[in-house]
Amino acid sequence: MPELLLDGQPLKVDEGTTVAAALLLGGDGSSRTSVSGQRRAPFCGMGVCQECRVSTDGQRRLACQTLCRDGMRVESRP
Amino acid sequence: MKVDILIIGAGPAGMAAALAAAPSGARIALLDDNPAVGGQIWRDGPQAHLPPQVHEQRRRLAAQSTIQLLTASRVIAQAGPKQLLVEDAACARVIEYDKLILCTGARELLLPFPGWTLPGVTGAGGLQALIKGGLPVAGERLVIAGSGPLLLASAATAQANGARVLQIAEQASWAAVAGFAAQLPRWPHKLLQALGLWHPGYRASSHVIAALGDSHLQAVRLSINGQVKEVPCERLACGFGLIANTQLGQALGCRIEHNSIAVDNWQASSQVDIYAAGECTGFGGSEKALVEGAIAGHAAVGDLAAARHLWPQRQRWQGFARALQHSFALGEPVKQLATPDTLICRCEDIALADLREHGGWTPAKLASRCGMGACQGRICGAATQVLFGWQPPAPRPPFSPARIDTLLQLGQPE
Ligand SMILES: Cc1cc2nc3c(=O)[nH]c(=O)nc-3n(C[C@H](O)[C@H](O)[C@H](O)COP(=O)(O)OP(=O)(O)OC[C@H]3O[C@@H](n4cnc5c(N)ncnc54)[C@H](O)[C@@H]3O)c2cc1C
Ligand code: FES
Repeated sequence: MPELLLDGQPLKVDEGTTVAAALLLGGDGSSRTSVSGQRRAPFCGMGVCQECRVSTDGQRRLACQTLCRDGMRVESRP
Repeated sequence: MKVDILIIGAGPAGMAAALAAAPSGARIALLDDNPAVGGQIWRDGPQAHLPPQVHEQRRRLAAQSTIQLLTASRVIAQAGPKQLLVEDAACARVIEYDKLILCTGARELLLPFPGWTLPGVTGAGGLQALIKGGLPVAGERLVIAGSGPLLLASAATAQANGARVLQIAEQASWAAVAGFAAQLPRWPHKLLQALGLWHPGYRASSHVIAALGDSHLQAVRLSINGQVKEVPCERLACGFGLIANTQLGQALGCRIEHNSIAVDNWQASSQVDIYAAGECTGFGGSEKALVEGAIAGHAAVGDLAAARHLWPQRQRWQGFARALQHSFALGEPVKQLATPDTLICRCEDIALADLREHGGWTPAKLASRCGMGACQGRICGAATQVLFGWQPPAPRPPFSPARIDTLLQLGQPE
């Protein structure tokens, strides 16, 4: 079972879990803050809308198309 | 990297194309932006339950030494004639091909309505995809709205994972839904599927009016057959049918007809050596995708007899596709859900009132930055096409956000 750090908090998830799912397993589900300051969450679930973009290990990634890996650091807040 | 056949998209169509082309001995690369093959319908994950047929297909793909799987990879740009620039998590590379088969599938049509940006609101097929990837929904109250059979499929997945589906609002009329159901016996397997998915909360001539809540979804306002109703819930899944992913085909110069990549009997596009198969040539389900993919794979390696042998089967599933597209045509009410302050562009937070006055996509984009955000107009471009009839512009590279070092590879000799 991979263990990641979600906004600084440790979280263990099942193998094959997407980062999008981890956002709700370990937090309130939201992934980013919009240009007008609204919190947003994964929306299309399939790599199109880009609402789910988070920072994983310092790189911008789509949470819905990224699998959780052991030791991964995920940041949903700028 | 150089291959004989490059296939973009590893859903049913792409997998079938690869397996059909493999016996020829051609070197094949099968590329997809998801972490695993399977496409939309056979998306893998901790909460996915794949049919045995899919495991068999995957085994066959893995067993072919001539097929290279490139998952978690996306196409960024055309690098030259018969060359695509591709990026994965670690690196970027140019892939040179002799034949290209586009199996880029479809995405959901997501239309704006008040509150659609609230966390808790997702697409309908989108929710299904998120659940398969491990999104917990047990104990959540869920409303599903929009149009098409995907609403029932999404409800079934959510329910199997412990959500309580309170209502399913289909915008099409009972007459349209009944007309579709009456045709299903022509495809008995589809009829059985539909019966298995039936839900008592299903209502026709019904649609979402607004998602309500401050920072998170708390309730949904619905129009159920003309009656307004508020339903408290934690989640709303809303999708208005499917639209073909034609961007890459369009960028490569393939002719687009009826919002799909136009193909001939061999699944060949208007561009030499570029084929297309599956939902990107028009949505119609996995059976159509499988047979079209196989025809494209056979045709691309010159086995025309094997391709032709599959024509009757394709014709049968294209009939199903037509019934589907006809029955769930969008009515006027769902094109008018957004109010003046509803955000249309979710990337740049641009409201309906700030867009409509511009009268077209290009002036709107110049004046407001609509469509210039991270999704590159995929969501708002499709929405403004339905809402105002604006024609989205031809896609320009990079086709998806890319790293600088990837873009630097453009123009560099191999
Ligand atoms: C969200 C969603 C859920 C669905 N659920 C069901 C269901 O439960 N039952 C059902 O019968 N049908 C479902 N469908 C319909 C489904 O699309 C078809 O049945 C079937 O999956 C179509 O197969 P395909 O191979 O044509 O395309 P897809 O399965 O869509 O596969 C296309 C693949 O290509 C990838 N791709 C696209 N463009 C690029 C690119 N530029 N670079 C890299 N990769 C790319 C996509 O990520 C995807 O994995 C669903 C569709 C959607 C959109
Ligand atoms: S949820 Fe839309 S891109 Fe990930």
